[in-house]
Amino acid sequence: MLPFIISRLLQAIPVLLVVGLIAFAMFAYVGDPVLIMLGQDYTEAQRVALVHQLGLDQPFFVQYAHFIWNALQGNFGISYRLARPVSDLLLERFPATFELAMTAAMLSLLIGVPMGVYTGIYRNSFLSRIFMVASLAGVSLPTFLIGILLILIFSVDLGWLPSFGRGDVVHFAHWSTGFLTLSGLKALILPAVTLGLFQTTLIIRLIRAELLEVLRSDYIKFARARGIPDRAIHFGHALKNTLVPVITVVGLQLGGLLAFSIITETVFQWPGMGLLLVQSINVADIPVMSAYLMLISVFFVVINLIVDLLYFAVDPRLRTGGRPGMAR
Amino acid sequence: MYSFRTSPVAMVSALIAVVCILGAAFSHWLAPHDPFDLASLSLMDSFKPPAFSPPVGGIDGDWSFPLGTDDQGRDVLSGIMYGAQISLIVGACSIVFATVVGVAVGLLAGYRGGWVDTLLMRIADVQLSFPAILIALLVDGVITAILPRTMRENLELYVIIFAIGISLWPQFARTVRGSTLVERGKDYVLAARVIGLSSSRIMRSHILPNVLGPVTVIATLNLGLAIISEATLSFLGVGLPPTQPSLGTLIRIGNAFLFSGEWWVTIFPGIALVLMVLSINLLGDWLRDALNPRLR
Repeated sequence: MLPFIISRLLQAIPVLLVVGLIAFAMFAYVGDPVLIMLGQDYTEAQRVALVHQLGLDQPFFVQYAHFIWNALQGNFGISYRLARPVSDLLLERFPATFELAMTAAMLSLLIGVPMGVYTGIYRNSFLSRIFMVASLAGVSLPTFLIGILLILIFSVDLGWLPSFGRGDVVHFAHWSTGFLTLSGLKALILPAVTLGLFQTTLIIRLIRAELLEVLRSDYIKFARARGIPDRAIHFGHALKNTLVPVITVVGLQLGGLLAFSIITETVFQWPGMGLLLVQSINVADIPVMSAYLMLISVFFVVINLIVDLLYFAVDPRLRTGGRPGMAR
Repeated sequence: MYSFRTSPVAMVSALIAVVCILGAAFSHWLAPHDPFDLASLSLMDSFKPPAFSPPVGGIDGDWSFPLGTDDQGRDVLSGIMYGAQISLIVGACSIVFATVVGVAVGLLAGYRGGWVDTLLMRIADVQLSFPAILIALLVDGVITAILPRTMRENLELYVIIFAIGISLWPQFARTVRGSTLVERGKDYVLAARVIGLSSSRIMRSHILPNVLGPVTVIATLNLGLAIISEATLSFLGVGLPPTQPSLGTLIRIGNAFLFSGEWWVTIFPGIALVLMVLSINLLGDWLRDALNPRLR
């Protein structure tokens, strides 16, 4: 298992380097930081001095190596828009996005898995059909529209829940949490439901499809022939074997949650990294954009690795040390 | 046509899709007003509620504006029809772009094999691990930042088509590669090689027609996604400028009036978007099931 982890990490390095190259190219060729920093009046000598000071007269790959080295130390440059270090901005906004994404993921699992199992087992019941139609609507409704509808119903009409912001937060060193205050929890409900709805529908449809596939297979037929009760077949035999693809998708969707939080955060003016990104794109704040790109690719690599490790926990065929291709 | 007449869902969604597409395509003739014609606008008409709703803020609805008007007195229904046209054009063009890129890459990777295959598929895999909307957002943001300010408004339509198209190609490429690998080993390809045809000719006129089947299904299923992506980008304010309002732009502009009670300015474009995407998705689902013999 250790060689597997190491090879996975080694594979991730070129990917991250290429993403870093794209981020660096954005950084280096979009807009001219020298002109921005010099302002209106400057002499040629000042310009050359600044170019030299920033290291912009060095060869491309030296600059690139420099850029990566700085990024590894958490130095992503300074935001054009807010004139503050990008790392501070991202660090400050990370807890908001993290709490939102985690709450949404929990919601979608708690609702999606039971509904998916139900629609998979009782595929022709009336309730299942309603679930399926509702889930199709969930897939077709764009995230931002769900947010607008929820705001219209629960904030404008009923006035129950706040429509923007995070409410009161409690600070612990670098972390800020909205879980500990009533207004923080109330502010979390609408954005988390908005963000989690798409994942919920996806999980329902996925588990249903996998269960239908598994229930058709020979070993289930054999289990039925042996007279094993339905309950044991469904939960002991079938559900376990649907878990591998479900873990893949749920894990990968965790990254999707981070991406879709961009939209949810814009609708609800949630002060997270996604809102920061949109505001930065609107004014072409390149350092923030490239830092976000690198940070999110690191998240994706880590998530992929965790998903791979979970396979080992779920699928015993991978643990025996034999070649996975043989076992299948 | 497999079970088209026996599937009420497919028929209803086809009907809705046709109505949406016709209404969008012929909006210049069918729409009751021209939202771009400044001379016909009157501020006296602003914020009229939909004709069928009770008066809002003391203003009565009016049947010449069936779905109400916005802050400038523009008819919401006409705005939706013009906006749907732009949304459909962007969606369709970006799917065509993604299909062309994806099919070309998939054919090349599948037919050549070796390091070409490894490299291209590695790129596709890496891109697939990122959500499409994130790629589209970043590509759009970077290109817009590179363009000079004066050209942005004119070129934004092409930029957004490019951004969404680029975000969707890997799925096409992987599917086409898979089918190409199967086709490559068949006798007719061997025969074509034996008579000395060039690789590009074999790929284009022999393998391509045989791998296009699944591509049409993926294209239909992704059309809804492309339309939603465009609406999302426009909603975030990085997409089309207000001079070319798509449904997403209309929703973003209308969103500002939600709290003062003028819900119709944003909700009706939203409903139009959902109806369009839902009907296209249902058609895509039906097409996939109809072409998959295992599910029959």
